[in-house]
Amino acid sequence: MEIPKTFLGYKREDGRTGTRNHVIILPVDDISNACAEAVANNIKGTIALPHSYGRLQFGADLELHFRTMIGTGKNPNVAAVIVIGIEPKWTKRIVDAIATTGKPVEGFSIEGVGDIDTIARVSKKAQEFSIWASEKQREERPISDLWISVKCGESDTTSGLASNPTVGNLMDKLEPLGVHLCFGETSELTGAETVCEKRGKTPEAQEKFRKTWSSYNDFILKEATNDLSESQPTAGNIAGGLTTIEEKAFGNFQKIGGCKFIDVLEPAEEPTKGPGLYFMDTSSAAAECVTLQAAGGFNLHLFPTGQGNIIGNPIEPVVKLTANPLTARTMSEHIDVDVSKILSREMNLDEAGDELIKATIRVANGRLTCAEALGHREFVMTKLYRSA
Amino acid sequence: MAGTDIIIHDEKDNVGVVVIEKITPKQDCDCWIMENDKSVKIQSMDEIPLGHKIAMTDLNEGDTILKYGHDIGKVVKSIKKGEHVHVHNVKTKKW
Repeated sequence: MEIPKTFLGYKREDGRTGTRNHVIILPVDDISNACAEAVANNIKGTIALPHSYGRLQFGADLELHFRTMIGTGKNPNVAAVIVIGIEPKWTKRIVDAIATTGKPVEGFSIEGVGDIDTIARVSKKAQEFSIWASEKQREERPISDLWISVKCGESDTTSGLASNPTVGNLMDKLEPLGVHLCFGETSELTGAETVCEKRGKTPEAQEKFRKTWSSYNDFILKEATNDLSESQPTAGNIAGGLTTIEEKAFGNFQKIGGCKFIDVLEPAEEPTKGPGLYFMDTSSAAAECVTLQAAGGFNLHLFPTGQGNIIGNPIEPVVKLTANPLTARTMSEHIDVDVSKILSREMNLDEAGDELIKATIRVANGRLTCAEALGHREFVMTKLYRSA
Repeated sequence: MAGTDIIIHDEKDNVGVVVIEKITPKQDCDCWIMENDKSVKIQSMDEIPLGHKIAMTDLNEGDTILKYGHDIGKVVKSIKKGEHVHVHNVKTKKW
């Protein structure tokens, strides 16, 4: 198949391209959720991104909170941003960082004013942003403007056999075209960590991966009260036939095909070494992982599932594929691409990879994913430790 | 090519994955080895559902399970060729 050289996206002020055109209302902290949701309810064409944290965090945990907030606002799928926080200082820090992209962004704080007046003031600005964004048009953009993140969930043995290798096939075909790619899930590479480390393109990348995985493993060994056999693999994984974390890890690892990663990113860190594959240190919980990848600037997500994970994200469209024929049949409203014919050998990996590329470009052009149509907007902050 | 009941990733693997809705005891199954495109046959001993593993050889306690050509855990209860391989007879080496 000849891979299209372009797709239809929204060109942003900083040169990046969005596959979506969202106006977001971003609360800095948990107690600003009510305001953000009220504004999004008032003003059509906006979405609120409520979450559970943002107060009394400190150190690396607070930095991750800021990085996630700022990265979400900077993502090219976002046309304009309203930031609402309880107090002005942290709100301003987020606004100023998002403003470096050149996109419209405005901050509001609630203290000394109250919810009702804030909602009125923010709604005026949100209406202005929504109407402004509605005039943006899609235009032809190079395929290399796709930044694709991947993560699998509710995996079973069909994931390692077929749906993950399908994503790997897509990576093998898109990497030479200059696409940015990202995989994560530090914990779910356990058992395959030495094989994964060797996929670092440079000794520096390999070393960085080894440190990242070891630091996670040390934490697990410190906190674990008994063995992790009931969390990794999960009950869903076990029902699907996965027996051990090692088996899950080698299946997971099929998603990167034959690609080598050029750098290891902190959670929610934006890649800076140009096109190619990146590893991001993330949780393996689906919503946390995709939220971090979206904050890293990725504009389209591929999500292979076995038993049927139903996740979506508010700003990054999540394309789901499965090779499990039962899941494809019983949960069809969640599955964008059915590659179960690989198991009956009526379809080979090369054909499945082509099907996934076609679906990816249609979604990049604006086709709604199943998760978008169902209203899945899981926005979940990763918290590193207890607050002060 | 239809008619594959079990897929084996790598020639070295001592387990295969059931890819039809289920196999029943004493069923003669066609297996396909992905790595080298070879076909082998096996008779099942147990009922095994889609996605679950079958032992391609007799395995003793302490043996290593190989899948994708890699170590995915250890046998904790001996397994006969054709039996269901899962959490009741295999455990991780990690924790």
